[in-house]
Amino acid sequence: MTGHRRQPFPYRTPPELRGAPSVRRPVVVIGAGPVGLTCAIDLALHGIPVLVLDDNDVVSVGSRAICWAKRTLEIWDRIGIGDRMVDKGVTWQVGRVFHGQRELYSFDLLPEPGHKMPAFINLQQYYVEEFLVERAGDLADLIDIRWRNEVTDHVQDQDGVTLSIATPDGGYSLRTDWVVAADGARSPTRSRMGLPFDGHVFEERFLIADVRMEAQFTNERLFWFAPPFHEGQSALLHKQPENVYRLDFQLGPEADPVREREPDRVEARVRAVVGDTPFALEWSSVYAFRCARLDRFVHGRVIFAGDSAHVVSPFGARGGNGGIQDADNLAWKLALVIREEARPALLDTYDEERGHAADENISASSRTTNFMTPKTRAERLFRDGVLALAGELPFARGLVNGGRLSVPARLEGMSLQTGPAGTGAGVAPGGACPDAPVQDGGGGASWLLGHLGTEFVLLLFLPPGAGPPELDVAAQLSPSVRVVVVGDGSAEIEGATVLRDPDGLARSRYGAMNGAAYLIRPDTHVAARFDRLDRCALAGALARASARHRQRAVEAVP
Amino acid sequence: MTDAVKRTDGFAGQGDAFYEALIRAHRGLGEEDSAALNSRLVLILANQIGSLPVLTEALGLARASLAAAPSLAEAQRAGAPEPGAQD
Ligand SMILES: Cc1cc2nc3c(=O)[nH]c(=O)nc-3n(C[C@H](O)[C@H](O)[C@H](O)COP(=O)(O)OP(=O)(O)OC[C@H]3O[C@@H](n4cnc5c(N)ncnc54)[C@H](O)[C@@H]3O)c2cc1C
Repeated sequence: MTGHRRQPFPYRTPPELRGAPSVRRPVVVIGAGPVGLTCAIDLALHGIPVLVLDDNDVVSVGSRAICWAKRTLEIWDRIGIGDRMVDKGVTWQVGRVFHGQRELYSFDLLPEPGHKMPAFINLQQYYVEEFLVERAGDLADLIDIRWRNEVTDHVQDQDGVTLSIATPDGGYSLRTDWVVAADGARSPTRSRMGLPFDGHVFEERFLIADVRMEAQFTNERLFWFAPPFHEGQSALLHKQPENVYRLDFQLGPEADPVREREPDRVEARVRAVVGDTPFALEWSSVYAFRCARLDRFVHGRVIFAGDSAHVVSPFGARGGNGGIQDADNLAWKLALVIREEARPALLDTYDEERGHAADENISASSRTTNFMTPKTRAERLFRDGVLALAGELPFARGLVNGGRLSVPARLEGMSLQTGPAGTGAGVAPGGACPDAPVQDGGGGASWLLGHLGTEFVLLLFLPPGAGPPELDVAAQLSPSVRVVVVGDGSAEIEGATVLRDPDGLARSRYGAMNGAAYLIRPDTHVAARFDRLDRCALAGALARASARHRQRAVEAVP
Repeated sequence: MTDAVKRTDGFAGQGDAFYEALIRAHRGLGEEDSAALNSRLVLILANQIGSLPVLTEALGLARASLAAAPSLAEAQRAGAPEPGAQD
């Protein structure tokens, strides 16, 4: 059999248990899942040494997450592992929705060219974690991952956090300034702190089966309401690498999870879909889902990210993708705070921005789950009514809800953004930066997003025919600001990366036909947009985007 | 106001929010009350639309989508019971 070999990561006795003195850490990440690993790599790229502790020594067992959205891929590309994921993953952008045998409609998540990353890839979570661990290995001077190091206790005071850690060789403790709790949906950190994780449990059960087979399904997301092969319920099919397909069957609230997991029963359900095609069952599981979140993600020096902070039902792929955006949002803020280039108040904006995103994700995935699982006769009549009308009446297709797929959070109007400034064209402050093909000075092709991020960037679109810009505006600011200029010429400009926009796509996506200036955050969200750039406006927007003048709203230690 | 039923999306990106509000409005109601809510809602919305040609076309479209039921025209020709009286 081909496919993924599960190699345990090596456990090594921690130095503290070999007699070395315990060194105080700037930050410890609890949990080497996709979110903890992404956060650790990003922190290291900001020059921060990170210790990652994981209670296990293998990647995620069973596939779990498979759908990774464009924004996630762009974040992974920024931290140097995007191509690897895309090369291995199955790329897709079209979804089709069926009612019975009839196709109601299809949607295209990326109907235009000129983006480096596809709308989505499907890639088993164990590959994602493996590649992230490999990438962390490139940064081994800054990232120390300790497998089979279980955090069993933590105590925080004004000055730091003391962690107690259990290993096969016994326990030890260490001090850290900050803790990122990326320890998953059952977060022991959250439980230990007694934090309520409120939300909504859906009673419906779902069977998820990953099967390996030589089949002819295309790389599209197929969703059925009441398909002929699965009477009255819904079903979802996704293609994964190595001829593995994910089938997701709605089972109803009454289903017996133990019985539904029996291989014969699972195989019969799969058989109904694939007919005579030979297949091997890779993995299956029966789930009930919930949507829940922590009221606050930042608790003094302990910061929650990913599933520990929020969970959603999986229709829409907003769980893991939301968590990766958490890491992206948190890493630069924490790095600035650790480097004392920003006050801890900056971290409150992580809570503000990602809390808002979590609400959006919970709302979208709850609506989908509710549409799929009508609970009363009235709900069922409306649901079936929408499906019945959807064939003839386009408006009803818009109400058919088999998943609203993960999109970048919109941070408009929140505390770090300056605006709405400018003419309203282009990307509003808070929006995620769109990609575009560009050429560098030597004529080499590259992508705009590859030139943005990790630091603050002043992105300057020169008006047609303009002379070289005054770059003094961006000199000697704190935090520092890198300058990227998009113009017609390829003449070098001192202190800036110069790009050309051969297809005009960058200019059009940024509404910059007549020039524009953007302050871009390290997570490639727009902080501000200026029609006329001057040092005062730029410095003001930068101060705001790094929460320079902000007092911490929530006091450090609970 | 035109005299044809709007077939394209009129929710301007708020379709899911509308649907959620619709389902919420029925929460906690028994079947009888739910049906009563719907009938009142139809009357309120019909008044909002106001145009008899549009409403007549909408009634026909809704009726036609009930696959098993005879069309409105057939029912009227046959002097069948009022829509909804069968069951
Ligand atoms: C069936 C299913 C399908 C899904 N599909 C998708 C999808 O297609 N797309 C998507 O985006 N999301 C999907 N998700 C959600 C996705 O899997 C999660 O959101 C994602 O795994 C969250 O990552 P994380 O790093 O926050 O947590 P986890 O992946 O849970 O990682 C937490 C880590 O913390 C470690 N840990 C726990 N306690 C301790 C401790 N005390 N000490 C040290 N380490 C500890 C754990 O061992 C684990 O390695 C799906 C989920 C399920 C269940």
